[in-house]
Amino acid sequence: MADAETQREAILAAVENVADRIAEEKSHLTDLDSAIGDADHGANMNRGFQAVVEAVESDDVDEMSPDDLVKLVGKTIISNVGGAAGPLYGGSTMLASKELEGGITAETSVAFAEAYLQKVQDRGKAEIGAKTMVDALVPAVHTYKKSIEQDDLPPLTALSKAVDACERGVRYTVPLRARKGRASYLDWRSVGHQDPGATSTLFILEELLETAEEHLDGEVVRDARSPDVPDESPEEAADEPLDEEGE
Amino acid sequence: MVGLVVVSHSEKAAEGICEIAGQMGGGDARIEPAGGGPDGDIGTSVDRIEEAIADADDGDGDGVVVLVDLGSAVMNAEVAMEMSDSNVRIADAPILEGALNAAVEASGSKATLDSVVESAEEARDYRKLN
Repeated sequence: MADAETQREAILAAVENVADRIAEEKSHLTDLDSAIGDADHGANMNRGFQAVVEAVESDDVDEMSPDDLVKLVGKTIISNVGGAAGPLYGGSTMLASKELEGGITAETSVAFAEAYLQKVQDRGKAEIGAKTMVDALVPAVHTYKKSIEQDDLPPLTALSKAVDACERGVRYTVPLRARKGRASYLDWRSVGHQDPGATSTLFILEELLETAEEHLDGEVVRDARSPDVPDESPEEAADEPLDEEGE
Repeated sequence: MVGLVVVSHSEKAAEGICEIAGQMGGGDARIEPAGGGPDGDIGTSVDRIEEAIADADDGDGDGVVVLVDLGSAVMNAEVAMEMSDSNVRIADAPILEGALNAAVEASGSKATLDSVVESAEEARDYRKLN
């Protein structure tokens, strides 16, 4: 795929796009979180991603390999996002960055996505249906993997389908009763509210797609977002660990 | 000596629990607070926990036991543990009673990482009435 320099530029552009989006959606995320959480998700995520923007500006990123740059992003999120979001978003990014050691390719990006999901599940111990970011992440990662490995689609098309699957996952959280996190204390009162973590996960993926579209000329597939239901149901998918080797 | 770290969502709560456990549990225990989020707001912070673990570890290889309050305290403590070079364990115990028990045990000359964790976890069965 692209050389290290281009990949670095793409990662920096992604960081900026995600940070801008989170800043824009700050009160939206906090509104979602005030219904079923502790009303700090927007502020927390915004503080984290603003810190990431500062970190990549101040650190000597010119010499960094793509995986080290992604690792820096994860580490900065861990240090600056309080609550469970720090370990879940930052810790998983940091761990999964190892998969990008050879640079970002279709294969390594699938490995990254799988490692990220695995870490989120290990750390948060949430299953599908517990009304968490896992409900959005599982369909997104499975769709991405299937699109690349089975359907042999170009990465951009695969990512586009993953965003679509993620969006359906976010909607799927609305009727659920929360079984994890602060929302689980509300029990039935959590029904009817969209999960904030699933929502911010979607925003991040949308911005990654947006960035990838800008940085992968000629590979844009505009009709990619037509519904294409994955082969396995989310429940079945949750039973099979994606990555046997894990960490 | 086994060190102790108290992780709470509140900076004041963590300090207060350390104060109680330190005074009632025996003056020699090494017990460090790690309360509040990255800005000292309500929350927990990996960096604060990591620092407290380093402060609580006197380098004799006996290790550090971490007491946590709820939710993200556990996750952030786990991340801090993974980043730390010390031998660290989390005790599954009510934070105040567990810290007090752990401080009593840790002050004893025969205390080990296992025995301190075990003492802290005994506090799970305590009842306040009857």
